[in-house]
Amino acid sequence: MRYFMLCAYALAAALLWGALSPLAASPAAEFYEFETAEQERKFNQLTRELRCPKCQNQSIADSDAPLAMDMRQRVYQMIMEGQSQAEIIDFMKVRYGDFVHYRPPVNASTIVLWVGPALVIVLGVIVVLVQVRTQKDEESELSEEEAARLAEVLNSDRKE
Amino acid sequence: MISEIGHLTLAIAFAFSLLLAIVPLIGVHRGHGGQMSLARPLTYGMFGFTLISYIALTWGFLVGDFSIAYVANNSSTLLPWYYRITAVWSSHEGSFLLWMLVQAAWAAALAVFSQRLPLTFAARVLAVMGMIGVGFYLFMLMTSNPFDRTLPLIPVDGADMNPLLQDPGMIIHPPLLYFGYVGLSVAFAFAIAALMGGRLDSAWARWSRPWTLAAWVFLTLGIMVGSWWAYYELGWGGWWFWDPVENASFMPWLIATALIHSLAVTEKRGTFKSWTVLLAIAGFSLSLLGTFLVRSGVLVSVHAFASDPTRGLFLLSFLGVLITCSLLLYALRASKVVSHTRYDLMSREVMLLGNNILLVTATVVVLIGTLLPLVHQELGLGSISVGEPFFDMVFMWLTIPFALMLGIAPLVRWRRQKIGELKVPMLQMLGVAVILAFVLPLIFAEVVSGLAVLGLILAFWVLWGTVEELRMRVAQREHKLPAMVKLGRSHWGMVLGHVGFAVMIIGVALVQNYEVERTVRMAPGDTFTEGKYSFEFKTLEDRIGPNWVSDAAVFEITRDNRRIGEVVSEKRFYTIQRQIMTQTGLQVNPWRDLYVAMGEELGDGSWAVRIHIKPFVRWIWMGAIIMAFGGILSASDKRYRLKKKRPKVTGNVTGNVTGEGSA
Amino acid sequence: MNPKLRLLAFLTPLFLFLGMGVFLFTGLFSDPTRLDSALVGRHVPNFELPDLYSPDRSHNQSIVGGKPMLLNVWATWCPTCYAEHTFLNKLRAEENVYIIGLNYKDDSRAAAVNWLQDLGDPYEINLFDQTGLLALDLGVYGAPETFVIDAEGIIRYRHVGDLNERVWRDEVGPVYYSLYEQGER
Repeated sequence: MRYFMLCAYALAAALLWGALSPLAASPAAEFYEFETAEQERKFNQLTRELRCPKCQNQSIADSDAPLAMDMRQRVYQMIMEGQSQAEIIDFMKVRYGDFVHYRPPVNASTIVLWVGPALVIVLGVIVVLVQVRTQKDEESELSEEEAARLAEVLNSDRKE
Repeated sequence: MISEIGHLTLAIAFAFSLLLAIVPLIGVHRGHGGQMSLARPLTYGMFGFTLISYIALTWGFLVGDFSIAYVANNSSTLLPWYYRITAVWSSHEGSFLLWMLVQAAWAAALAVFSQRLPLTFAARVLAVMGMIGVGFYLFMLMTSNPFDRTLPLIPVDGADMNPLLQDPGMIIHPPLLYFGYVGLSVAFAFAIAALMGGRLDSAWARWSRPWTLAAWVFLTLGIMVGSWWAYYELGWGGWWFWDPVENASFMPWLIATALIHSLAVTEKRGTFKSWTVLLAIAGFSLSLLGTFLVRSGVLVSVHAFASDPTRGLFLLSFLGVLITCSLLLYALRASKVVSHTRYDLMSREVMLLGNNILLVTATVVVLIGTLLPLVHQELGLGSISVGEPFFDMVFMWLTIPFALMLGIAPLVRWRRQKIGELKVPMLQMLGVAVILAFVLPLIFAEVVSGLAVLGLILAFWVLWGTVEELRMRVAQREHKLPAMVKLGRSHWGMVLGHVGFAVMIIGVALVQNYEVERTVRMAPGDTFTEGKYSFEFKTLEDRIGPNWVSDAAVFEITRDNRRIGEVVSEKRFYTIQRQIMTQTGLQVNPWRDLYVAMGEELGDGSWAVRIHIKPFVRWIWMGAIIMAFGGILSASDKRYRLKKKRPKVTGNVTGNVTGEGSA
Repeated sequence: MNPKLRLLAFLTPLFLFLGMGVFLFTGLFSDPTRLDSALVGRHVPNFELPDLYSPDRSHNQSIVGGKPMLLNVWATWCPTCYAEHTFLNKLRAEENVYIIGLNYKDDSRAAAVNWLQDLGDPYEINLFDQTGLLALDLGVYGAPETFVIDAEGIIRYRHVGDLNERVWRDEVGPVYYSLYEQGER
């Protein structure tokens, strides 16, 4: 039960709000001592990129679930042992799956994340090029209907 | 009694919306002026009764009527009066009632200010607003009635408002955001009305543009306040999280931004008509989709609504019907619009198309990123997460071409631009941008970060492009300053919009690359020094509020041994909801925020304290405010005030608008 | 452009929206919090954990395997585990299922021992994982969770939430018994 409480109220707030956000209530009762600022920076970044599997949308940095605390502890240990960022992320992925990292892997099922937007750009550029090329080479005028309508609108504006 | 009045008036408002959706359209069909002109009174009725209903719920909160379940769940006898008023929108049902009120308010405003529009067009627009109303009122009455009773067991006290939301930022964030979300329904209604009439023309764009700008301003400010609130309320200093709920508000904003640009082209040049209409439909569709994602539980939650999918199902059916019909109408009507315009590759038109392509691409990134985890799981491929690292990277790449085009677009002429003429200004822009981008970081940091420099180059490129553009506009004039003033509000709106964007880029680039985040162990009396700043933990005191008690830590901050201020960082315990909240201590100036948040007590009297130094973080929100101000200027340009004369405009418009047959 | 083709092009947004709608619809009826285990198909990770009853005795990965079995993650602070416990006792008594208990981050050893004494002990071996060491390696994200492990010590299935008649009959039981059939072949 205690697992759920924080997540539940965070989610409730987020849901009801329509606007925000994975809510961190408070950092947990733990403290990590680092030897270098670089280690602390790495820790901050990693705990923000790893997702707490228990609370549905919180990083382990801002979740109070005991599991997130365990994971932070492990990240801390691994950093102090000198393991690289990639090693730590792989370690978590082996246990919790791709889900645990906020950057999805590039593979057949996720490629749409990159290809989709690229396709929009390519398509857009093609449409623009075709439009520019195929335009009729005459000075076009307002259609009669449109000209009449515009005049009508402008006149009605002017009456006041 | 209160709840009966509220419930009844809500039902009456529903009836009005139903009539509004039907009667004026029958009038249009038969050419019956009387039925068409019923649209206005029906709109006022819908708004009036919604207002009464809303006041009834607010009254229930103010007097603490715990026989209303919604009041009992979201208020308490200890809650201060001002939070009782905002507690109305602190949960699903009430926030939806606010949404309805805002929707009715937009409709009423349309009814008031549409006197100059042709009657058939006004009738159609208001009828579309009525149709949207029908769906929402029905949704409220059937699945989310805020006036449900707790009878027969009336609780003595309520469960209190969510402490996270007991904050000034939360007083204004939701109404602003809703005015933005729902405001897009006006642009949508204009688009649908134009499609119904089969007439997509410059006049339509002109009528629709100030409304779209107004909605965009609200949306911009709403998102900005939300980001600011999250920054100081959540206690770890982030300002954007790429959560699905935020993405839901970001997508309509991106499309609305594309739309206000595209509308400008349609208004001034008569082109891109069918594209503009599609954007107008997409903007409101995405705001509906956002509502669905947030309130149905498909993405975020197992706790709230997922076990009971009625609400989600209702919303999905409603938005399904509405969007399907709109897109079908669009396909049938817009496909007949043939374009005969002519512009070169190097022209303002193509620049704006490029802007639109990139904004739509950004929307697609957010949309796919938000929905892919759902689709991935539905296809049985397992769970994945798409979050900050992905979005940050993709958005960085999209910003580069976007800013490069934005910088020169205002310098480029409509229809055709000789590229040679732009060589000099572009070289100047590049020079200024590169020099400033390298110099600025050197002033306040030892290291030059590549990404920060990139961001600054883009920002100064845009800024200097704006300066160049202003210079070009008044180059021929003798008196430069008065000439600049005469450029018109709409023009200044554009200038401010672009300046705001550049300011925001500066903020993002610097805070992302130069912020310092430390978590330190401190007891009263301890001092922590980071760079030039020292934070002394002076005292720890107990404070008591109406519904909370707190440990308040007082920090004195010195810079190079000069005292620059004192901040209080609190750990609040809300007694009724039994929640702990962080109240951040902030010492701010335009160049940096000093951010102190209390973590947990570590025993032995010391605390984990988060100390962040965030350079230029304010510029992110300042940029948004500048953009919004630009939007206000644009929307208030005199050519949209239909009652006044617009000298000379006739010649300009007819001269500019190139022919395009409309179906 | 051919008018029909043109109409088709203008219908694209509608098709895209309808496609998205299908997923939104099915998404309504599924649980977004469900996670698949990354460890299905893999060997149970190596571990070294003390026995729940006697702190001096310790167990390692060699206790896993040899025949199909369940590994059940539980704790006294978990109310669902309480509901599940009766069913686990029944499974052992009536179907003679071999279950290893993994006590996960409990408040105290004594509390856990009391619980088993009061409610009965369905577990052949009781592991005491105070720090959540093995649980983390197993990708556990809450209690209760149950892993089905085959004779080779490979994880074949993972169930999140409590075991009960229905879950056992429809989901977990069939997997468990299929392992026996495979073994006989």
